[in-house]
Amino acid sequence: MKAAVIVFPGSNCDRDMMVGIEHSLGRKPEMVWHKETELPDVDFIAIPGGFSYGDYLRCGAMSAHSPIMQEVIKKANEGVRVLGVCNGFQILTEAGLLPGVLMRNAKLKFICKDAHLKVENAQTDFTANYTQGQAIRIPVAHHDGNYFAADDVLKGLEDNNQVAFRYCDEAGNVTEEANINGSRNNIAGVFNENKNVLGMMPHPERLCDPQLGGTDGKPLFDALVEALS
Amino acid sequence: MSEITMDVVKEHGLSEDEWKLCLEIMGREPNLNELGIFSVMWSEHCSYKSSKKWLKTLPTEAPWVICGPGENAGIIDIGDNQAIIFKMESHNHPSYIEPYQGAATGVGGILRDVFTMGARPICNLNALRFGEVDHEKTRHLVSGVVSGISGYGNCVGVPTVAGECEFHKSYNGNNLVNAMAVGLADSDKIFYSAAAGVGNPVVYFGSKTGRDGIHGATMASAEFTEDSEEKRPTVQVGDPFTEKLLIEATLELMETGSIVAIQDMGAAGLTSSSFEMASKGGVGVELELDQVPMREEGMTPYELMLSESQERMLVILKPGMEDIAKAVMDKWDLEFAVIGKLTDTGNMVLKWHGEVVGDLPIDPLALASPEYDRPWVKTERPAEVVANEVESNIGRIDALKTLIAHPNFASKRWIWEQYDHMVMNDTVGRPGGDSAVIRVHETNKGIAVTSDCTPRYCYQDPHEGGKQIVAETYRNITAVGAQPLAVTDNLNFGNPERPEIMGQIVGCIEGIGEACRALDYPIVSGNVSLYNETNGQGILPTPTLGAVGLIKDIDKCATVAFKEEGKAVVVLGETKGWLGASRYLEIICGREEGAPPMVDLAAELKTGNFVRAEILGGVDTCHDISDGGIAVAVAEMAMAGNIGCSIDIPANVDQAYAWLFGEDQGRYIVTVDADKADAFVIKAGEAGVTANIIGKTGGTEVVLGGEAVAVAELKNLHENWMPTYMAAGE
Repeated sequence: MKAAVIVFPGSNCDRDMMVGIEHSLGRKPEMVWHKETELPDVDFIAIPGGFSYGDYLRCGAMSAHSPIMQEVIKKANEGVRVLGVCNGFQILTEAGLLPGVLMRNAKLKFICKDAHLKVENAQTDFTANYTQGQAIRIPVAHHDGNYFAADDVLKGLEDNNQVAFRYCDEAGNVTEEANINGSRNNIAGVFNENKNVLGMMPHPERLCDPQLGGTDGKPLFDALVEALS
Repeated sequence: MSEITMDVVKEHGLSEDEWKLCLEIMGREPNLNELGIFSVMWSEHCSYKSSKKWLKTLPTEAPWVICGPGENAGIIDIGDNQAIIFKMESHNHPSYIEPYQGAATGVGGILRDVFTMGARPICNLNALRFGEVDHEKTRHLVSGVVSGISGYGNCVGVPTVAGECEFHKSYNGNNLVNAMAVGLADSDKIFYSAAAGVGNPVVYFGSKTGRDGIHGATMASAEFTEDSEEKRPTVQVGDPFTEKLLIEATLELMETGSIVAIQDMGAAGLTSSSFEMASKGGVGVELELDQVPMREEGMTPYELMLSESQERMLVILKPGMEDIAKAVMDKWDLEFAVIGKLTDTGNMVLKWHGEVVGDLPIDPLALASPEYDRPWVKTERPAEVVANEVESNIGRIDALKTLIAHPNFASKRWIWEQYDHMVMNDTVGRPGGDSAVIRVHETNKGIAVTSDCTPRYCYQDPHEGGKQIVAETYRNITAVGAQPLAVTDNLNFGNPERPEIMGQIVGCIEGIGEACRALDYPIVSGNVSLYNETNGQGILPTPTLGAVGLIKDIDKCATVAFKEEGKAVVVLGETKGWLGASRYLEIICGREEGAPPMVDLAAELKTGNFVRAEILGGVDTCHDISDGGIAVAVAEMAMAGNIGCSIDIPANVDQAYAWLFGEDQGRYIVTVDADKADAFVIKAGEAGVTANIIGKTGGTEVVLGGEAVAVAELKNLHENWMPTYMAAGE
């Protein structure tokens, strides 16, 4: 697998993403500065979390129009795997690569904690190392993770198995109480139609290392490495 | 006619004597620009004029100290050519007037102090103190301060991993926001602030200068009155996105080899940074103030010198390196301007479109700032509270439940879940433990960090209270298995012109100094915040300490959570049942009084050394005993691990509540294998440490001498108070 991480001026999980990928890949991905107009030859692109341009407008709205994102959109349309985490997810929705938007958390506060996610589609290059319906523990850290899409869009997502993860309790029950940010249908992550683009609010790169208290994020990167090598 | 009347002098916060000294130094009457500079340079906030005499008595050296007080932050060596750079600083006054921005810029300012010296910030802490929970402003202040810290810290991408939050009526009109930043640097790549090289360019980078924060340092050096809220325009406004750019740009600039000296523009902005750099380097400076990047038109030299606009840096470059430095700032879209040069005159010359608008001698102003030996009276240690005479008409389980749900004990999860405490992927010990543990990136070493203060002890006996804070940080660092290395102090007090307040300052500093000396645990940086008074009501003396320790192998850490059933619960240190100034006496008996517990520093050292050795040897569960005594400590361990315990009260104890809730110092609780517990006690005894087996882990209840409460019920009480309280204001 040849991987790249896009770095915006306000990215702050770029190093975390690099380390997370390195745990599975065995080497560091390329770091690509947002002012670049060309991407190296890669088959996996990660857009990390952070506050890309300060997020004073809508989160991710400015980054979606940066030079490098035009390249990311092109590659995604060619089938390259693209993962957007947290602010990266927001950028992918703003760039039109994923449906829906991420609104302010229902309780209007930043939330940083471990969340439990139910794996809804284990048949993709991102999720093949999880089992269908498995509950995994992945941290969230966001202010704007409340996923919203119109009824017809939501129906399309559900019908086409595009929901990747839902917030659930420890036992895997998708409940109102487990829906930490008010997302529609408890959605924590979605695929595009072709399942080569995944956006998710939780941070799999934060739990790939037993010293940090868990490794439930690692199978995601392992699966990509296996699919792309 | 002179433009400087005595009223103008007074508005600038100078006393008559200080005005005379000012005239003497200048040899003439200063103009308004110059007076403004005197005003901020000699403010309590910048000059430490009331506390300097006493601060000098603190121990600041140890073989591992690379840089003590006097620079932007303190620096300690952690081996392998790595250094930890850290400091704590208050943003009390601005946070009361405008909680969100006041707290946010507090975080920004302390981060700059750390990365200015070459460190990448690796974590933040904050110690917060608010008025009583029923006070009409408290909720609003908690909400604003926490949002401000969250908004700023999360955006810059530095994890906020530890802190404190306490409520007391003495903070009703003066909340305290003490922020600490910790950074990691290569020991051979540290940057200092002493300017050097006549002719070298003085360069400004970061944000533009606006009119915010003018006279912030002077505001922070006066008591509050009813009209203080009109001072809102003196509160600075932060931009964490620019701070993030500034961190990256500064660290990148440092890599280019172009820097001679560097300093952030903090309190008193361009004035204090330029004066300090020049004074430390023994050089003069000529500034072309019209070259300063400005946010708005029509700004005057006076405003430019005194603005406290955030996210700005001042740097002396090597000659000819301007273009290299500018390229870095262009990459990060930051302002860059050459605004002057170093001279050999020893004076600060301020020019405005070629015309001299100020000319001040640097050293007399910076070094000869007033130092006061303010009159003080010693706080007399109150009488001891005799346990038999304490009326306690509430059962031990009810007392435990009351304490654990009290605002000063309840879980602060509501706060720390609003802080990104995991970003940077090195948070090994998350918030909620005795210390947070941060892995040193790409190593197996760790840093333990904590902040502590027990203001009620300091109020009753400043000297003993000062000792206790040092000892408590020492225990919190030790309890995770780390070697305590050094301390930063953030001394918050009332009006030093009142002798009883000055007595608190002197007592606390003396106590802190004594304990730091005994524990070989120097103070390497700090900050003083005085005049924390509203309408003559001072805060409890609150000398907050932040501390750092080193863990050589993070796979050998302890945490507070009970991990297994059937383990023996052992108390290390002596339990006599000290109730004076305890939380039990305050909350259960309604008595805020009595002499606080004594701290035996020799025992502290012995017990600490023993605990660390045992954690290295495999003990994985440890908690220091502090507020609420043994009962609260075991309850916290049970709640963290979802495992109960049964505690036996020794037969020879007269008052069970004193044994359970007393706050004798120098104690820890550990768990050990039941079959090895006797051997453990003997081993402790051989090391000169008192050890007593008090019970065992297991079950779903906390049982105290036969009376039980479910862990789940305790957890409910403990976790629910703060969300319920905050929700009631929405």
